[in-house]
Amino acid sequence: MDQVNPHKAGITLLLLAILGSVPAAAQIELSGVWSNQLHEDFPDRLAGPELGDYTGIPLNNAARLRAEAWDASLITLPEYQCRVHPSDYAPSFADIRIWEEYDKDTQALLAIHIHHFAWGTERTIWMDGRPHPPDYAGHTSMGFSTGKWDGDILTVTTDHLKEGWIRRNGVPRSDRAVVTEHFIRHENGLTWVTVINDPPYLTEPMIRSRDYVWSVAGQIAPYPCESVEEIVRPKDAIPHHLPGTNTFLKEYQKNHGVLEQGAMGGAETLYPEFRQKVIAAGDLGGKAPGPLQ
Amino acid sequence: MRRGKVAIMKTAFGAIAAAAVLATAWAQNRAQQDFSKVEIHVLPLRDNMYMLTGAGGNITVQTGKDGVLLVDTEYAQLSDKILAELRKLSKEPLRYIINTHYHADHTSGNENLRKAGNTIAGGNVAGDLGAEASEGAAIIAHNNVLERMSMTQGSQPAAPQGGWPTSTYLSGKKKLWVNGEGVEVIHPEHAHTDGDSIVFFRRNDVISTGDIFTMTSYPIIDLNGGGSYQGLLDAVNQILDLTDTVYGQDGGTLIVPGHGRLCDTGDLLNYREMVTIIRDRMVDMIKKDMTLEQVKAAKPTADYDPLYGTSTGFWTTDAFVEAAYKSLSQTVKQKK
Repeated sequence: MDQVNPHKAGITLLLLAILGSVPAAAQIELSGVWSNQLHEDFPDRLAGPELGDYTGIPLNNAARLRAEAWDASLITLPEYQCRVHPSDYAPSFADIRIWEEYDKDTQALLAIHIHHFAWGTERTIWMDGRPHPPDYAGHTSMGFSTGKWDGDILTVTTDHLKEGWIRRNGVPRSDRAVVTEHFIRHENGLTWVTVINDPPYLTEPMIRSRDYVWSVAGQIAPYPCESVEEIVRPKDAIPHHLPGTNTFLKEYQKNHGVLEQGAMGGAETLYPEFRQKVIAAGDLGGKAPGPLQ
Repeated sequence: MRRGKVAIMKTAFGAIAAAAVLATAWAQNRAQQDFSKVEIHVLPLRDNMYMLTGAGGNITVQTGKDGVLLVDTEYAQLSDKILAELRKLSKEPLRYIINTHYHADHTSGNENLRKAGNTIAGGNVAGDLGAEASEGAAIIAHNNVLERMSMTQGSQPAAPQGGWPTSTYLSGKKKLWVNGEGVEVIHPEHAHTDGDSIVFFRRNDVISTGDIFTMTSYPIIDLNGGGSYQGLLDAVNQILDLTDTVYGQDGGTLIVPGHGRLCDTGDLLNYREMVTIIRDRMVDMIKKDMTLEQVKAAKPTADYDPLYGTSTGFWTTDAFVEAAYKSLSQTVKQKK
């Protein structure tokens, strides 16, 4: 048996100890219960968006038409009552728990899991480099997600999503969407940026951010859901508005003094040039333009 | 009702419309395809069930000690590739083929695949046919599939006799027990065609819908093949009655659509929403005495076109609107 040099062995152990505590790919710890901060887009989130409010959404005409046909009574149907918020919309609500899953032997990070209080949904972000499923595989509300570290930012790509919504007033998001998310930790804060690419219904990516605060004693309550028969209807009755019959669409504009062009959304309305264009066209109806948000 | 070749020849064909636009369209579609480049993909569904995708309709496969059961057979040109994949899934013989309807993209592989299998014969299964009864896998379908496949459809000749159904049923349901589970073959009337079958694998909780439910286009309503818009919607609701979810609209029953990716209840609910809303719009327009051209100009499908619409191929958005208008006009007339 070869002699072991105690000096060299000590250095090796020291290096191993240092290397063992350094993340392999600049990953940072995201585990824990995170408390949802609702200050951003509050009316859209807990209170819920108003009908006919498509502001800030780069939607196309087809999406707008679908939203105009949407009737909130849809969610009285038993099969819709427990329909969960899809993974690209769930961050708008309530607290989450994040935990990591490691390979016991190699201590390689296999996956990051997220449990949403809202609807009790759980998603997995695969970190082991596995490929996404083929086109012909099924879709889910959470989709199929893979992640990688960009420095200290976790970047996640999700596809295989079921049809969902951009805003829960009928603005659709198709099952062909590909969502990119960025999880950015700032000490006890977490910013979660969602970028939705959905060519069938969006002309540009829809980008939004949500903020969370780490909760030292956080608990997530269960979220059971049971459907009940609220209204007896024939099987083939789906609540919706026929074209041109939705009388609620203008309420948002009237109640908040928002111009129709702005309320109807679209990529053009997201940029400062739109404001100048409206002013130049004299479309403000004598009102002074409000401050840029 | 089990039928052998002799009995088939004696079948009294019903009065079926001579023109079969869709049958011709599928034949043209087949002629334009380069099948040498088509790959057959296998997607595991449950322990002993799989979905096969290629160029035509999806195939559902159930395997087990009783043998292999297929729902639909795709195009004949792909039979060798399909058989090669089946041999990887099971060494047992191919016993049953169930056709969801008569269209060639779901049935033209019948003859080749049937020849590769065999039927357990004897008892009343053999009947007058004797040893011949065990030749080939059994092909199960609604009786109207046999009638349509065995007669000329428009400019298309009848399907090869070897691919015709050998075991047909006439009423609402046929039940089998295969590989340890009940398999229900359910006939909705006048849906995609007049010979549709929904195949429900009860233990596995898997449903093959045929073209009552497709993810790649608007619903294909084969009016000349006995289909109807309202019948298709009723069939969709009939399928939904068979399904369960784990939570919300996710999980539970797996649904193999006629075309497109694997689905579940949530996907079918979205499809039903689309079919119902477009029906309501078109019925409203028909009741206002709008002509087909006026309906087309009003674009009743505009919001769903990014998902289901197309201006090319045989089932364009216009073709769908025309079929829907024609079918729903009849429905409105009948209700008056």
